[in-house]
Amino acid sequence: MSVDADTVRRIARLARIAVKDDEIEHLKGELNAMLAFVEQLGEVNVDGVEPMTSVTPMAMRQRADAVTDGDDPEAMLANAPNSADGFYMVPKVIE
Amino acid sequence: MTELTTLTLAEARDRLRKKELSSAELTAAHIEAVEKARPLNAFVLETPEIATQMAKASDARIAKGEGGPLEGIPLAIKDLFCTKGVRTTACSHILDNFVPTYESTVTSQLWRDGAVMLGKTNNDEFAMGSSNETSYFGAVQSPWRREGSNTPLVPGGSSGGSAAAVAAQLCLGATATDTGGSIRQPAAFTGTVGIKPTYGRCSRWGIVAFASSLDQAGPMAKTVRDAAIMLRSMAGPDAKDTTCADIAVPDYEAAVGKSVKGLRIGIPKEYRMDGMPPEIEKIWQQGCDWLKSAGAELVDVSLPHTKYALPAYYIVAPAEASSNLARYDGVRYGLRVPGRDISDMYEQTRAEGFGDEVRRRVMIGTYVLSAGYYDAYYLRAQKVRTLIKRDFEQCFDAGVHAMLTPATPTASFGVGEKGGADPVEMYLNDIFTVTVNMAGLPGIAVPAGSDAQGLPLGLQLIGRPFDEETLFSLSEVIEQAAGRFVAQRWW
Repeated sequence: MSVDADTVRRIARLARIAVKDDEIEHLKGELNAMLAFVEQLGEVNVDGVEPMTSVTPMAMRQRADAVTDGDDPEAMLANAPNSADGFYMVPKVIE
Repeated sequence: MTELTTLTLAEARDRLRKKELSSAELTAAHIEAVEKARPLNAFVLETPEIATQMAKASDARIAKGEGGPLEGIPLAIKDLFCTKGVRTTACSHILDNFVPTYESTVTSQLWRDGAVMLGKTNNDEFAMGSSNETSYFGAVQSPWRREGSNTPLVPGGSSGGSAAAVAAQLCLGATATDTGGSIRQPAAFTGTVGIKPTYGRCSRWGIVAFASSLDQAGPMAKTVRDAAIMLRSMAGPDAKDTTCADIAVPDYEAAVGKSVKGLRIGIPKEYRMDGMPPEIEKIWQQGCDWLKSAGAELVDVSLPHTKYALPAYYIVAPAEASSNLARYDGVRYGLRVPGRDISDMYEQTRAEGFGDEVRRRVMIGTYVLSAGYYDAYYLRAQKVRTLIKRDFEQCFDAGVHAMLTPATPTASFGVGEKGGADPVEMYLNDIFTVTVNMAGLPGIAVPAGSDAQGLPLGLQLIGRPFDEETLFSLSEVIEQAAGRFVAQRWW
């Protein structure tokens, strides 16, 4: 499988990365090189094989449903590009 | 008096304990070495004030007889580990003003045990690379050069800064992370020792995430013993990482020097690649001979799905990366580039903040997870991963204790030499290491020889899950036979 210019634009949109028109051809070439490389996985017989869901056989640990962190708005906002009154500030979302 | 920076971690530790040396002296010598080595670009942030303060506190604890296992030992920290109050960037423009308000579990355990922080080391952006050339802060130069040549060489990657810092004797050890080979490949390129422990051995909490089912932290060090000492402090259960194993940490140092008599070592035939440089073949055979003389038994084994590990990795890792890196949106931390509306702000921020390699991987990851392609790519890759793991399990079940392979297909190469036109050319660096991440196993790279141009070459030992001790015992045999590889100072 390979991608065309429209697919590259669609992927960029899904990934929320602005891509200039003059970058599309180059990106298309790179993505197709990667896709050509992974193509060989098609040769492997995976009938009846379970996909890996856990690297090591371990039961997911559960902890008590209690607050273990938080209540520190200053630390939370310390790296915010724009904040005011204990909130993150973003451009207007709803018209 | 020997130069303090030439000591191994173990030697420095023993002299500190005997009070023949103070951490203040040891740390000052390393701070000076770091400053002199700026042409290497191994550090993206030097923290001499913090180091001096920590060394002073260590000396006070040693005086009171309260020193920890790493008391007073100056270390370097890969810039992927969050350090409280100290800028942490993953060497990405998108995080280049980020100052964590918390400390990663691994580094907090190093400080708990008395270690001293010299600074943050360079790496490929978000650990995506095999040469340290994708860093926003620029490439790292290896302390190694070909005989009679001034061509700058790469230290490998992604933990290139840590590798260069250890190889240039700027620190007594460094933290690193390994998603597809990022500890073992730079270790092999720089004549240092690097171990990627079993998935779940070290907590991932507070480490900037790349691919969560593959990422593991580990040490890079001058010797096998030094790596064992560091790993003991770095490893261990952590309630903050649910994938971190609840298994007690053994005394890895006790495994160094232990007999390897009777251990069965698998030699996987699929690692004998067409076109493999004869020098790599030679050190591999040499490694076999050394282990055999030490009493280990060599057996030929087969890992039939080896060739599919790298392509499967280039689906799984970018898929996980595209999810993990979704958090960099210009809202909560890091770079923000204004836009027409909130979507445009996200898109402009990520366009400016991510470098080419990161953008490429996020996009391929987005594609393989998108509707209509998930089954064909991602699901199939995860099934292939099951088969790769099964290959190893069958060998271990048949009584193999560990496997010996080359660490890399070549020695180090020149800055700017690879991956220009085709990204896959660079990816092939990890062909021998990536299988280990896919299967979640421990792997260690240990220097074993040099090529015709005097550049170090490494061997890799792959172990059973949570059996890092056997890897330390076996790699000590190789280190004792091969000797140490120290770069000549040119900087």
